[in-house]
Amino acid sequence: MRATTAESSVRKAKADPLGKRLKRYWPLLVMMLPAIILIIVFNYIPMSGVLMAFENYKIKKGIFGSSFVGLENFRTLFASKQFWQVIQNTLFISILKLGIGFFPPIVFALLLKEIKTQWFRKLTQTFSYLPYFISWIIMAGIIKEMFSTNGAFNQIVGLFGVKPQVWLSVKSAFVPILVGTDIWKNFGWNSIIYFAALSAIDPVLYEAASLDGANRFKMATQITLPCLIPTITIQLILSMSGVMNAGFDQIFNLSNSAVASVANIIDTYVYTLGIEQIKYSLSTAVGLFKSVIALILMVSTNWIAKKINGEEFTLW
Amino acid sequence: MKKPTNKAGRIFDILNVILMIIIILVTFYPFWNQFILSFAEKKYLYAVTPQWFPKSFDLSAYKSILKYKDIWTGYFNSIVRTVVGTVLGVLINAMIAYPLTKKDLPAKKFITTGIVITMLFSGGTIPLYLLITRDLHLTNSFWSLILPCIASPYYIFILRNFFLSVPYELEEAARVDGAGYFRIFWQLIMPLSRPVLATVALWTAVGHWQAWYDNLLYLQKPSNWGLQMILRELLVQNQSTNIQTAVASTFGSAGAVDERQLKCAVVVVSVLPMMILYPFLQEYMNKGVVLGAVKG
Repeated sequence: MRATTAESSVRKAKADPLGKRLKRYWPLLVMMLPAIILIIVFNYIPMSGVLMAFENYKIKKGIFGSSFVGLENFRTLFASKQFWQVIQNTLFISILKLGIGFFPPIVFALLLKEIKTQWFRKLTQTFSYLPYFISWIIMAGIIKEMFSTNGAFNQIVGLFGVKPQVWLSVKSAFVPILVGTDIWKNFGWNSIIYFAALSAIDPVLYEAASLDGANRFKMATQITLPCLIPTITIQLILSMSGVMNAGFDQIFNLSNSAVASVANIIDTYVYTLGIEQIKYSLSTAVGLFKSVIALILMVSTNWIAKKINGEEFTLW
Repeated sequence: MKKPTNKAGRIFDILNVILMIIIILVTFYPFWNQFILSFAEKKYLYAVTPQWFPKSFDLSAYKSILKYKDIWTGYFNSIVRTVVGTVLGVLINAMIAYPLTKKDLPAKKFITTGIVITMLFSGGTIPLYLLITRDLHLTNSFWSLILPCIASPYYIFILRNFFLSVPYELEEAARVDGAGYFRIFWQLIMPLSRPVLATVALWTAVGHWQAWYDNLLYLQKPSNWGLQMILRELLVQNQSTNIQTAVASTFGSAGAVDERQLKCAVVVVSVLPMMILYPFLQEYMNKGVVLGAVKG
């Protein structure tokens, strides 16, 4: 949005012939080279590597030497029970995370706005962001400890007479733990975008409402919430595009054999197939499947966002 | 903003403050719990009821960690990686972002599209893995951690948008004085863009600091591992041989310090620097979220 105004301030150069522009801009083109080379090597070459998904890839023969098998790998995948289980787990976990985790940041932002003491508001904010900056590895360590037999969770539920268990090995408890700890880690951080939207609301609106005798609840529901709706819709739509990501860092480090049937997701499956079992072609096929779905989601959610909110809220 | 408060409003305020205090407790207690346990003597370590304050001040876990070499080499490797990765990342992304502010740059549209496509589609884990290990022979190389994650489309567009806001007149004046594009970039654009550079640098640094998966994929020697990977071995994989060696060399026998206490102390040692640094960096971090919402 800022880009367009700034761009128009750049004087419109007449469309000079290419030769003249090359002469003028060659230092800039040289400057771009390192990034361009890195993008080609580490983004585009791997993209062409998805050819492996249609081959029986042998590491000695390479991409160009391995035999072409068409859709064979996909047929194998679509026929395997595990593949569908992995897809189902991924969608189940990520939709739960999206559905339940979507509202706490909004509610938190709205309630925190009502706190009048500034230092206390700042303090709460600071604490709420904190877990976001701790890596999932350390988080996994803490979570494992919390939910262990002698951990804090068992101590607390023990007060209510619940028998201690290793909760991370309980199938029915695993996904709730994933969702809960994900919200715990991210709700504060995700609320920032709403704080920014809240601070952009014109105070005149509140003054006018208070002259009209509106109470705080009325102001919150009639002014604040409607002003947040555009941000809320755009966040909701954009988060849909991440539905294929159930949270690799978190799940890979928390899961164990006891809960594998509910914990295996696409990304962990790619690792198991490709790195552990060295089935490169099959693993690439799983990755390609994910990339294609993610691409479709990204393009369509972006299109919807554009339809609803206009140009400036979209990704490109 | 003064609002008329009635009784219901005051009750709401009180409940709201209580709720916020509960939120602070819930976000902070897990860390606090680790802190307490890292100082806990055996009898408190396995208490049945929740503990809110440390009851003992047993330093044996920390004394052992002083001799736990893995964590210090991990720290060192992570710091080197973060510094090199951040400097190169910011520089190289800025170097492609600045030319993209020129409207009539040759091939501008082509390059921009090329960057956007990388945001939409990726080859996935295995093609990149095979490229790095099989074709580029970067297994066990430091550069396998740095090179693949330097160019970032999001940062490129954030930087470009900021560079666009630098007044064109300044640049033109420098041109008139005979400055070339390299000099304009280095002496005009970069100094004027310090706030956005700081934000991008911090984000890049956080990314490098928290990275571990590339360690798992590309580094076979534990002596090359970063802190997160070392922590993973101990906290996630429960590989405690090395830390018990440290315990043995401090207290004479392995197992002299309880493993639970050791793990908690390791968490404290790894989290504390972040917790001390983070309030100072918070502002820059927050800015990134707002910048990131700007269209690419």
